[in-house]
Amino acid sequence: MQKRKVVLTFPPSLIDQPVTYHLIRDYDLVVNILKAKISPKEEGRLMIEISGKRESLQRGMNYLQELGVEVQPLAQDIIWLEERCTHCTACASICPTKAITVDRKEMKISFDKEKCIACELCVSVCPYKAIEILF
Amino acid sequence: MAKTIAEINEKIKKGKAVVVTAEEIIDIAKEKDIKKAAQEVDVVTTGTFGPMCSSGVLINIGHSKPRIKIEKVYLNGVPACADLAAVDIYLGATALPDDDPRNKIYPGRFNYGGGHVIEDLVAGKDIKLQATAYGTDCYPRKKLETWINIRDLNEAILFNPRNATQNYEVAVNLSDKVIYTYMGMLKPNLGNAYYCSAGQLSPLLNDPYYKTIGIGTRIFLGGGVGYVVWNGTQHNPNVPRTEEGIPKVASGTLAVMGDLKQMSPEWLRGTSITGYGADLTVGIGVPIPILNEEILRYTVVSDEEIYAPVVDYSKSYPSGSSEVLCEVSYAELKTGMITVRGKKVPAAGLSSYAKAREIAQILKEWIKRGKFLLTEPVFLLPSVDAGITFKDLKERPIE
Repeated sequence: MQKRKVVLTFPPSLIDQPVTYHLIRDYDLVVNILKAKISPKEEGRLMIEISGKRESLQRGMNYLQELGVEVQPLAQDIIWLEERCTHCTACASICPTKAITVDRKEMKISFDKEKCIACELCVSVCPYKAIEILF
Repeated sequence: MAKTIAEINEKIKKGKAVVVTAEEIIDIAKEKDIKKAAQEVDVVTTGTFGPMCSSGVLINIGHSKPRIKIEKVYLNGVPACADLAAVDIYLGATALPDDDPRNKIYPGRFNYGGGHVIEDLVAGKDIKLQATAYGTDCYPRKKLETWINIRDLNEAILFNPRNATQNYEVAVNLSDKVIYTYMGMLKPNLGNAYYCSAGQLSPLLNDPYYKTIGIGTRIFLGGGVGYVVWNGTQHNPNVPRTEEGIPKVASGTLAVMGDLKQMSPEWLRGTSITGYGADLTVGIGVPIPILNEEILRYTVVSDEEIYAPVVDYSKSYPSGSSEVLCEVSYAELKTGMITVRGKKVPAAGLSSYAKAREIAQILKEWIKRGKFLLTEPVFLLPSVDAGITFKDLKERPIE
């Protein structure tokens, strides 16, 4: 089993197609939708956590690319601006997935992008705009 | 044997002073006895780095040709106070642009306010000034629009009427709705807690009765050198204290001042508190001269011995009663989890302990290298015997 978090970008021609349904049924993948939106330019954006057998995952990704869906790792959309961070720790207590943790000896923040589900709770809590999520 | 500040300064000049931080002294005092430590250690440095609303900058922009006596002024769109002489301007940390939506779109984001202008100014960025005036015979000009830069100002002075509060409340939310406060976003039903003090590193918690800190005390301020110029507003020494003298609620405060031109944006940070407003996060470090054993004993205070009151910010704080739900130590707060009414509550800081530690280290280095001499206060901050009573406003309705 493999798991990855990706952001899918659908061109306007695909936004009314049941692409996720095919990913699940035809490729036997587990799809957990974290976020979805359609922009004013009618471009669809879907943030998902996707898991399955390595081979199925590869075939699923090929299917998406053939359709014209752009696939990008989620980590690229999340930026921790360390130089803006003061390590106040305000974000750590509200992070639901423990992507943000505090080294209690140093009293400093560390951020694990892989655990982030881009819920953006930290974005509204950070007084210094040290986290940017570009979804 | 007691020491004087003059004697300590002689040692600093010779590079022989023993300087440690308020964190390091805790272990030193454990290893040695207090008497010996008091003889050996000359200065203990403290630090704090948190949002401090009562902050601002006083600038003099120089006279234009023709002259203007500014009545209304905006800096990068943020209104400042020009109700002083012609080109003296005071910009407060919490000022907001007229067109900021505030909390009309709840919760407001407060992306750019006075604190952010101060950070940009100290960073050396050009600031857009827009001013208007009614015009007089001696100051005929009615409108002025220009870029200004800190290097061209006659004076740029950080003047903060209240900073470095001695101890502070821990905020929680007992209601069933999310609330947005100056103490952060508080989740319903005791969902989380925020605290805001550097605890054992905090300046006034290391000199709880203000036996060394007073008017004229030279300090680390915003990355440069500043001074304590008065007690801060709401300075309230007469509060419940522990046996060691540590206030159990917010207590003493400092008014501080310093040359903004020497400071750095690393230690003066524009701050946006969702649902509350704009602010400035200020770095302050105060050196404590170890004049005798008693003063050393105060600096040995550790997070286990400092207690903060837990207060409900959904009803109790806004109503003005600030009833204390329970007390928790900074040692507990710094684990990230406290217990309130039998419930485990995740706790986080608003004041950065890591940065407070860095400030205490920088100040220690300055003193060790002979760059920073201590000053003798002109007079000490009013303490418990000063007869101060803290007043709430007594409203007298206007008929």
